[in-house]
Amino acid sequence: MKIIRKLALGLTVAAATQMTYAADTGFDMQTVDPEADRIALQKYYKSRFPNTELADYVNGIYSVDADSREQWVELEEFPPYEFDVEQGEELFNTAFANGKGYADCFENGGIGIRHKYPYWNKEEGTVKTLEQEINECRVKNGEEALKWSKGPIAQISAYMAWTSRDKVFDIQIPEDDPRAKAAYLEGKKFFYSKRGQLNLSCANCHLQGSNIRIRADLPGPQLGHVTHFPVFRSKWGELGTLHRRYSGCHRDSRSHPLKPQAEEFRNLEYFQSYMSNGLVANGPGARK
Amino acid sequence: MRKLSTSLCAAGLLTMVTAGSAAADNHDDQIALGKAVYMDKSRGNCISCHTIADPDANLAGHQGPPTLSMKTRFPDKRKLRAQIWDASKNNPLTIMPPVGKHWILSEEEIDAVVEYIYQF
Ligand code: HEC
Ligand code: HEC
Repeated sequence: MKIIRKLALGLTVAAATQMTYAADTGFDMQTVDPEADRIALQKYYKSRFPNTELADYVNGIYSVDADSREQWVELEEFPPYEFDVEQGEELFNTAFANGKGYADCFENGGIGIRHKYPYWNKEEGTVKTLEQEINECRVKNGEEALKWSKGPIAQISAYMAWTSRDKVFDIQIPEDDPRAKAAYLEGKKFFYSKRGQLNLSCANCHLQGSNIRIRADLPGPQLGHVTHFPVFRSKWGELGTLHRRYSGCHRDSRSHPLKPQAEEFRNLEYFQSYMSNGLVANGPGARK
Repeated sequence: MRKLSTSLCAAGLLTMVTAGSAAADNHDDQIALGKAVYMDKSRGNCISCHTIADPDANLAGHQGPPTLSMKTRFPDKRKLRAQIWDASKNNPLTIMPPVGKHWILSEEEIDAVVEYIYQF
């Protein structure tokens, strides 16, 4: 087992060099062009699934697979995340021991801002996610950080997403700081790199493999992947964050997931969210 | 070591005596192993991507081409084996896992799955 692990790790790096496909731009700072990548991705899906409206990609696999869509529409009639949104609102509005609250930490009191995350933070030189800032807000106010993947943090995030529904994703890659584009590039590389014992990249399943069965599983399109997070997944029976989903997909390729909110995952989220620019925020979502 | 070679000798003798039927048995065993490799999620899991006209195959996936006319498409069995051992050699971006190169299957299991699909 140990040998296999080593092998898997070695490969992640080695295979990163042989990645190019899909009609998009390059994998180095000179040739990468985020906006051209975004347009290329939309074009790719337009030609692959001509009957799907661009705006519908926020609904993941249900935007392209009519069969599972039916079940999902039924599911959404009594949204399984409703309780979590209520719970999240309550948590959001409960003051910390020092009398302050989440509203004090965020722009516009934390309402209607989900579609601006993740963003490039120049002062800290890193990508910041919503969940990360929820915990930073707590720690700054003398509270303990919450566990990352599920539970209260996902509920608070769900409430914040709820207040941002229908706002258009607007992820910026500031040109006055080349490190922002570098972070995007890292995320892009991550998405296309093969990893794990099964030698799979995210792109294998979510680009080439979109809407093609792997046994009983149907991977959804990468376009619009992140818009509805956090998500209530029937398989989990509860709400989970995007990084929890990233971990699950790592296990599917038999590779070892990074920790939630690791820099690599935040860069990946930055890349994926930029790809969804122009689509609306529709979290929290429900998935099978 | 000596013990092993004696028993190997004995096995060899035994095979020679019962030559015909034992060969058939071995092949049946190999086919059975190959089928298990093809179907099991924890082994080759080929079924997750390739349909096959085996009545026991249900819910096959469609990522790869269907497993049919193997003999015609791969007159050279070694080429078929090589594709399975490392699919990334022909296509570095393939979704098909390199089951030999990454030690997902043993050499014996790979031989067996080759024999199994060669029937279709
Ligand atoms: C072996 C195939 C496979 C690989 C490799 C894979 N995924 Fe997935 N992924 C799936 C399947 C199947 C689902 C569930 C169906 C769906 O919602 O797309 C899924 C779901 C997701 C979702 C949730 C989509 C939604 O609408 O809720 C995200 C986000 C995601 N994957 C991202 C990734 C990323 C990033 C990687 C690479 C680190 C990756 N996946 C690798 C198969 C895969
Ligand atoms: C995750 C998906 C996946 C799995 C699992 C998988 N394959 Fe494949 N396979 C493919 C794809 C896709 C191709 C098409 C060629 C390519 O992409 O390299 C392929 C090609 C092949 C070919 C060549 C067919 C041709 O006509 O050229 C053979 C033979 C084959 N696979 C056998 C197997 C066997 C045996 C297993 C199990 C040990 C297996 N595959 C597991 C996806 C898969």
